[in-house]
Amino acid sequence: MAISKEQVTHVANLARLSFDDAELSQFTDQMSEITDMFNELQAVDTTDVEPMTHVVDLVNVVREDVPAPADPEERKALLANAPDTEDGYIKVPAIFNNGEDSAE
Amino acid sequence: MNFETTIGLEVHVELKTKSKMFSPSANEFGDTPNMNTNVIDWGYPGVLPSVNKGALEYGMRAALALNATIAKENHFDRKNYFYPDNPKAYQITQFEQPIGHDGWVEVELEAGDTKKIGIEELHLEEDAGKNTHRGQNSYVDLNRQGTPLIEIVSKPDMASPEEAYKYLETLRQVIQFSGVSDVKMEEGSLRVDANISIRPVGQTEYGTKTELKNINSFNYLRKGLEYEEKRQAQILLSGGTIRQETRGYNENTGETVLQRIKEGSDDYRYFPEPDIPPIHISDDWIEAVRQSIPEMPAARRQRYVNDLGLSAADATVLTQSLEMSDFFEATVKAGADAKLAANWLQGEVSAYLNAEKLELAGTKLTAENLATMINLITDGTISSKIAKKVFKEIITNGTEPKQWVEAKGLVQLSDPAKLLPIITEILDNNQQSIDDFKKGKDRAIGFLVGQIMKQTRGQANPKVVNQLLMKELKQR
Repeated sequence: MAISKEQVTHVANLARLSFDDAELSQFTDQMSEITDMFNELQAVDTTDVEPMTHVVDLVNVVREDVPAPADPEERKALLANAPDTEDGYIKVPAIFNNGEDSAE
Repeated sequence: MNFETTIGLEVHVELKTKSKMFSPSANEFGDTPNMNTNVIDWGYPGVLPSVNKGALEYGMRAALALNATIAKENHFDRKNYFYPDNPKAYQITQFEQPIGHDGWVEVELEAGDTKKIGIEELHLEEDAGKNTHRGQNSYVDLNRQGTPLIEIVSKPDMASPEEAYKYLETLRQVIQFSGVSDVKMEEGSLRVDANISIRPVGQTEYGTKTELKNINSFNYLRKGLEYEEKRQAQILLSGGTIRQETRGYNENTGETVLQRIKEGSDDYRYFPEPDIPPIHISDDWIEAVRQSIPEMPAARRQRYVNDLGLSAADATVLTQSLEMSDFFEATVKAGADAKLAANWLQGEVSAYLNAEKLELAGTKLTAENLATMINLITDGTISSKIAKKVFKEIITNGTEPKQWVEAKGLVQLSDPAKLLPIITEILDNNQQSIDDFKKGKDRAIGFLVGQIMKQTRGQANPKVVNQLLMKELKQR
């Protein structure tokens, strides 16, 4: 299955990446090769095989609900790494508030 | 043309765990901005999220309280999107396999009718941070980032805005009583999005739906849906077609306004979360969680009626909030008569809370003090009139009522040996009233009782006064 330039552009947009024409051609070819390789796997009969989400055999790795005390030093370091801050907030260019600034 | 309405709700509930869903940061916000965050919440490369067992169990609890089936094999998925409130650029959620499915709640409609509203699924996920918008910038506080959420997706079972309102009310109540969330819409721990469509009566396929967002109260949910119902009907009646779009409710105009047109499905590129191994939930684990669920409102109501002798109406009012229900039970446990406790809580206490815009926890009232005060009334120590004064004192200052009543000299005068001389004296001074009484003028009694009350500064026990007065009058 060949991947189109439009598909690569679309995926790049979703990932907030932009490519020039040369890069776009290069990635289109590479991604086509990758999907071709995956298509070979389609030949395997998986009729009775359960979908697998993880490759390691770990299950139920959980943590007790105990909060760690806040670390002002870690906060300082994290804020220092943010592009811009003000009064302890991370400062970013204005976002259009369409009421979607919480989890959906 | 007649239309019928179809509504489904998506409700997000913040779980009140001590730590976050996938990191040990404290689950508290309102503190110093970005104080309760760490490298996991900020999505630093190389960090390893870990699942909060408490959040898993709260999710299971909510699912069981809503009669849902728990999935035995769970895993988490990544939902990819860019927005500054989530620096990871993805949300960890359950896309393929929600923790609970096929639940229901029974909703009470008008005239004692009930309706079962189905719950499609419940899934666990994490909340995002909070943006504040000011001028040319937005300001991000990640304290809320990673708060455990359970999203409850109903089936499209509601046929009117009123049913949607009732469903949300019932859902809020069940979640509150299950103890996993405060479910306060004004604080954002309960959030609701509504899908609504209409179709001509008799048509089998659903109409095109719109999604309603920005709903900040139960009332706005009902009003927004009523507006959408009419708007869609007008479009269809004038030959138009409904667009699939997201609309926001404007509280000031009572209208819904276009926010975003949905073209195709959003491209979230979900895939299984590789950092979190699957979660297997055994029957024993489900049973243990089931045992931890506190008594639900319906069971409490039944107990109040059968064991405590309350009316069904009283039981319904008292179980509208967990706080009120727990307070009532504590008052009864502290020795108060159940019926009197119910009356006080629904009467004076509720009136006070409404007037002061407070919740019980925001007052100084304790169940012990309320019970003591009620018992002071029943044993005749204080009159119901004085009780109102005592009540004001115990709810505003938290004073112990028995000592206060004694210290202030508010104890009711019930001793005939003390009352009789006062009554005799007043009768001696009011021959006219005695004559009026003999002529059958009942008003005279009222006057005499008033005089006695005045003399005792309102502390005379009215019942005892009446008995003694009638006896004296007949002897004259």
